[in-house]
Amino acid sequence: MEQVIQLEKVNKWYDDFHVLKDIDLSVQRGQKIVVCGPSGSGKSTMIRCINRLEAHQKGQIVVHGTELTNDLKNIDMIRKNVGMVFQQFNLFPHLSVIDNISLAPIWVKKMPKKEAEDIAMSYLEKVKIPEQAQKFPGQLSGGQQQRVAIARSLAMNPDIMLFDEPTSALDPEMIKEVLDVMIQLAEEGMTMLVVTHEMGFAKTVADQMIFMDEGRIIEQATPDEFFNNPKSDRTKLFLSQILNH
Amino acid sequence: MTTFSNQSLMRNKYYNWIIKNLFSSWVNSLMTVVAIIFIYEVGTFFLNWAIFGADFRTNFQGEIISDRTLCSKNIMPGEYGACWAIIYARWDQFMYGFYPIEQVWRVNFVYALLPLAIIGILFDKLPYRKYFIYFTFIYPFLAYFMLYGGPGLSVVGTNKWGGLLVTLFLGVTGIGLAFPLSIILALGRRSKMPIVKSLCVVFIEFIRGVPLITLLFTANVMLPLFLPDGVNPDNLLRALVAVTLFQSAYMAEAIRGGLQAIPRGQIEAAQSLGLNYWQTTRKIILPQALKIAIPPIVNTCIGLFKDTSLVLIIGLFDLLGIGRAALADMTWTKLYYEVYVFISLVFFIFCFGMSRYSLYLEKKLKTDNS
Ligand SMILES: Nc1ncnc2c1ncn2[C@@H]1O[C@H](COP(=O)(O)OP(=O)(O)OP(=O)(O)O)[C@@H](O)[C@H]1O
Ligand SMILES: [Mg+2]
Repeated sequence: MEQVIQLEKVNKWYDDFHVLKDIDLSVQRGQKIVVCGPSGSGKSTMIRCINRLEAHQKGQIVVHGTELTNDLKNIDMIRKNVGMVFQQFNLFPHLSVIDNISLAPIWVKKMPKKEAEDIAMSYLEKVKIPEQAQKFPGQLSGGQQQRVAIARSLAMNPDIMLFDEPTSALDPEMIKEVLDVMIQLAEEGMTMLVVTHEMGFAKTVADQMIFMDEGRIIEQATPDEFFNNPKSDRTKLFLSQILNH
Repeated sequence: MTTFSNQSLMRNKYYNWIIKNLFSSWVNSLMTVVAIIFIYEVGTFFLNWAIFGADFRTNFQGEIISDRTLCSKNIMPGEYGACWAIIYARWDQFMYGFYPIEQVWRVNFVYALLPLAIIGILFDKLPYRKYFIYFTFIYPFLAYFMLYGGPGLSVVGTNKWGGLLVTLFLGVTGIGLAFPLSIILALGRRSKMPIVKSLCVVFIEFIRGVPLITLLFTANVMLPLFLPDGVNPDNLLRALVAVTLFQSAYMAEAIRGGLQAIPRGQIEAAQSLGLNYWQTTRKIILPQALKIAIPPIVNTCIGLFKDTSLVLIIGLFDLLGIGRAALADMTWTKLYYEVYVFISLVFFIFCFGMSRYSLYLEKKLKTDNS
C-alpha cells in the first residue's frame, strides 16, 4: 500500500506549552482515520501541522514523499494536494458560492474561468446544492455552507482530505446532510483524516480509530477493537462519557 | 365607519410625533422653545446678511460694484448685508489661480471629467463600472497633460496654478497616491519580516507624531537636499509629497483596522487551498478589509482635504491663499466675512459630500452583511 502521510516523532510547542508529544502516524492511500479525544488534547494542532497551518518543531512530517520544512515550494505543493475542512466553514463571505469554489482552481491551477466554473458546478451537484451557486455564503444554512466548503476543497482535486470537527458547529438537524456527503466521499475511496466525535460516522467509515490525550496518541485500533475492547483506561473513560452523554 | 380621511390620519401622526419628541416634559418644552428662538434669530440674521440685504453684482443704486467703496453697506453703514461682488471680481482666481485666462478651458475640462473619474470607485453596482474604472486610471495622465501642457498645448507652470485648482489637485492627487502607499504600509505593518515591519511602524508613527505644517516646511526645505543638483522640484510638488506621506500614514492605520477585522480562518482557508501570500492578500483579505475600512478612510480624506489649506504657509495659493490675497488688495480689503464664508462654503460642499458618502456606505455595509 502506498503511504501518503507519515508523521515520525512529531513534537510541537506553543512557547513552553508542549502540545504534541512524539506523534507517530501513518496514513495509507484510501484509508479513513478518525481521531477523537478530549478538548485541548491536540487533535486540531496535529492535523493543522499536516498542511503546515502550524509548524512543528521536532520530528518529521512527510506528505507524498515530500518533507514539510520551511521550504515554501514544498508547502505550496502539499497544500494543493491536501484539502482541509474547518469547523467554522471559513467560506469567503464576499464571494458567491460558485466563486468560492472556482477561486483556487483559477488562481492556483491557472485553469480557464469557464472550465473552473464547470468543475465547481459538478462538485456542487455532488454535495447536492447546485441551485445555490449564485448565492452568497451568508444566505445559506450552516449545513449548506459546510457542504460548499467541502466542494471547495474537492475542486482542487486533492488526494487527501483533512476534516477538523466538520459538524460540531452545526445544528443537530443539519449534521446528517454533511455526514452523508462525507460517507459518500469515503465510499468513493478518498483518503480521509477526520477529527470528530460523531461515533456513528466513525463506525460506518473508519478503518482506524485514534484516541489522543494531552498531546499523545494513546490508542490506535480498528473500530471494532476500539469500541468493544479499548485497552487504555483513559480511552474507556472517554468512550463512556461520549457514548452515554 | 371610516370617519378619518387619510389626511387627518397623517396630521395626527405628525401631531403625535411633535408631542412625543419635542414637548414630552416641561424641560423638553422649554428647550424646544429656546432652541426655536435661537434658530430663528440666527437664521434670520444670517439670511438677511447673506441674501436679502446683500449685494451681488450691483449695489442698491443699481451700479456695478467695481471696488469696495461701492458696496451698499459702505454707502449706507448698518443698512445692508454682505457684498458678494468681491467673489465675482475674483472668481477666476478662486477657481484657477493665475492660470492664463485664455487657457482656463483646460482646467474646466479637467474639472468636468473629475466626477467621471471617481464615480466608478464610489459605486460598486454602477452599470459599465469596468469602463469607468479604466477611465479612473487614464484620468491622472490626461489631467496632468491638460493642466501642465505638453505637445500641442502651451506649458503652464504650477506657479500659475491656484485657488480651487490647487486645493483639488493636492486633495485628489494626495489621496490617490496615498491609497496604494497606505495599503503597502498597512500590510507591511502586519508582516512577519521584522525589518519590513519596523520600517513601516517607524514611518507611520513618525508621520502621525508630526503636524502637517512641519512636514510641509520640511518637504519645502529638505526635499532639494535629497535630490541631485539641478533637479529643483517646484513648490507644488514639494507640498504634494508632504501631503501624500501624511495621508498615507493615516490611511494605513484605517486599513490596518480593516485587516484586523478579518478572522484568521479566512487566511487559513485560503492557504489550505494553496493560494500564496499575494493571492490570499489580493483575493481574500484586501477586498474584505477595504470594505470595512472605507468609512474611516473617507474620514481621513475629509481631514486631509481641509488640511490642504495649510499650504498657504509655504507660499502656495490654494483657495484660502487666494482669499487672503484678495483681502490684501486695496480695492477689496476688509470684506473678510464674505471671503471666509465663501471659502468655508466651498470646503463644506466637498467635505459634506464625502461625509454623506461615508454614511451611505455604512448603511449599505450593514444591509450587505445581514
Ligand atoms: N495558537 C495557540 N497558542 C497557544 N496555545 C494554543 C494555540 N492553539 C492551541 N493551543 C493550545 O493547545 C492545546 C491543543 O489545542 P487543539 O486546538 O489542538 O486541541 P483540540 O484537541 O483540537 O481541542 P478541541 O476539541 O477543543 O478542538 C490546547 O490546550 C490549546 O489551548
Ligand atoms: Mg480542535
